[in-house]
Amino acid sequence: MNTLARQTPLHATHVAAGARMVDFAGWDMPVNYGSQIEEHHAVRRDAGMFDVSHMLSLDLDGADATPYLRGLLANDVAKLREPGKALYSCMLNEDGGVIDDLIVYRLSDTCYRIVVNAGTADKDVAWMRKRIATTAANVSLNARRDLAMIAVQGPNARAKTWQALPALRSASEPLKPFSGTAVGDIFVGRTGYTGEDGFEIALPADQAAAAWNGLTAAGVAPCGLGARDTLRLEAGMNLYGQDMDETVSPLDAGLGWTVDFKDESRDFVGKAALLATPASRRVLGLILEDKGVLRAHMKVITPAGEGETTSGSFSPTLEKSVAFARLPLAAEPGDLVDVDVRGRLLKARAVRLPFVRNGKAVA
Amino acid sequence: MSNVPADLKYTASHEWIRVEADGSLTIGVTDHAQEALGDVVFLELPEAGRQLAAGEACAVIESVKAASDIYAPVAGEIIAANQDVIDAPESVNADAYSAWLFKLKPANAADVDGLLDAAGYTAETAQ
Repeated sequence: MNTLARQTPLHATHVAAGARMVDFAGWDMPVNYGSQIEEHHAVRRDAGMFDVSHMLSLDLDGADATPYLRGLLANDVAKLREPGKALYSCMLNEDGGVIDDLIVYRLSDTCYRIVVNAGTADKDVAWMRKRIATTAANVSLNARRDLAMIAVQGPNARAKTWQALPALRSASEPLKPFSGTAVGDIFVGRTGYTGEDGFEIALPADQAAAAWNGLTAAGVAPCGLGARDTLRLEAGMNLYGQDMDETVSPLDAGLGWTVDFKDESRDFVGKAALLATPASRRVLGLILEDKGVLRAHMKVITPAGEGETTSGSFSPTLEKSVAFARLPLAAEPGDLVDVDVRGRLLKARAVRLPFVRNGKAVA
Repeated sequence: MSNVPADLKYTASHEWIRVEADGSLTIGVTDHAQEALGDVVFLELPEAGRQLAAGEACAVIESVKAASDIYAPVAGEIIAANQDVIDAPESVNADAYSAWLFKLKPANAADVDGLLDAAGYTAETAQ
């Protein structure tokens, strides 16, 4: 065990359950509780849960919250009209590189909840505070390390959450996908990172173990970060640090759909760089037709030129290996490509992402 | 703690070796290795007749997490590869010591004496 790594409020619960722990972004986290593939299937077919307390919730409050976020983020929070509605966005540097990807929930015009990645949390907060200072924005930013977070995901995730945590039901039952609401000192979002329905529940750290144990008793399978990775890969969702980082434009990382240029009067950090350098790559999925396993950083040879995989693994749902690949703009879904897998050229088919949505293969 | 049967030999690179009555070697990966790898999803095994040097990479085991090489514990010739385990890679996780990967005819029978015993392997993995 890495004693230097940080521990979430659920750490002892994971260890007691026999989880295999690994270092992830400086946190000692469960990678699986036995079989990663069984955990993956639990989420696709029933309900599973993940400790995502290493991610950081931030509260942004103040009269300038909306204009501040419209300048900070590449996606436009002005499109969040209903209270509780969530938005996925990149936060860019001046060169158009991705500092982080995040979810922002609009609670009111002056109040937002933001959830950022664990590995980038300190950098993100520093960047946000610097921008508050340079724009003299009338906002306060409060990092909520007092909160734990549990993601309950799968077709039966909501029903089992209400069974385990009945106090959440009345407020969370009306939630539409990709929106959230506060229930006392708990925040429930109908969001996730698996391509399935479910909730992400941010709750006070001292309530986390009881909630986790209640969810386990309701039949929600504890799942580790291993399954979380294959689920998000099948769902076509990028992983920060692997599929994009500060050196990559969102336009080259398959995230062009999250960059909002519609309001021409809106400026945001990185906008000028993105306008000056249009997309040079497109991201497609690859499904391996030969036997083997695709991994990150494999060379891809397409009819339109060469590219590279950014994430790859075995898809438990498709029972084939899949990958994300950054390819020439002229590459098309349906293209048959070659991938250099440990020195051998294997055949793969390019497809539109995602591979799987709501339990069903779609690619 | 992972299972380390006393009647087998081992390598520091996590192969187990059973010395058969005819002097041939049956080789697989240890329980410790399968646990570290996670769910095994693909195997690439050497063809019969291939001549190997000691320590030569000769097979690949791929889990959901990563690809790992498997090494020849001693020099010799491949005499068989386990087709069943190729068709059912998860059998490595279910029982690492039944799911043998390949059989090797050692060039020198005495080379086996240089391999780790159960106590030596246990000490190796405890580090």
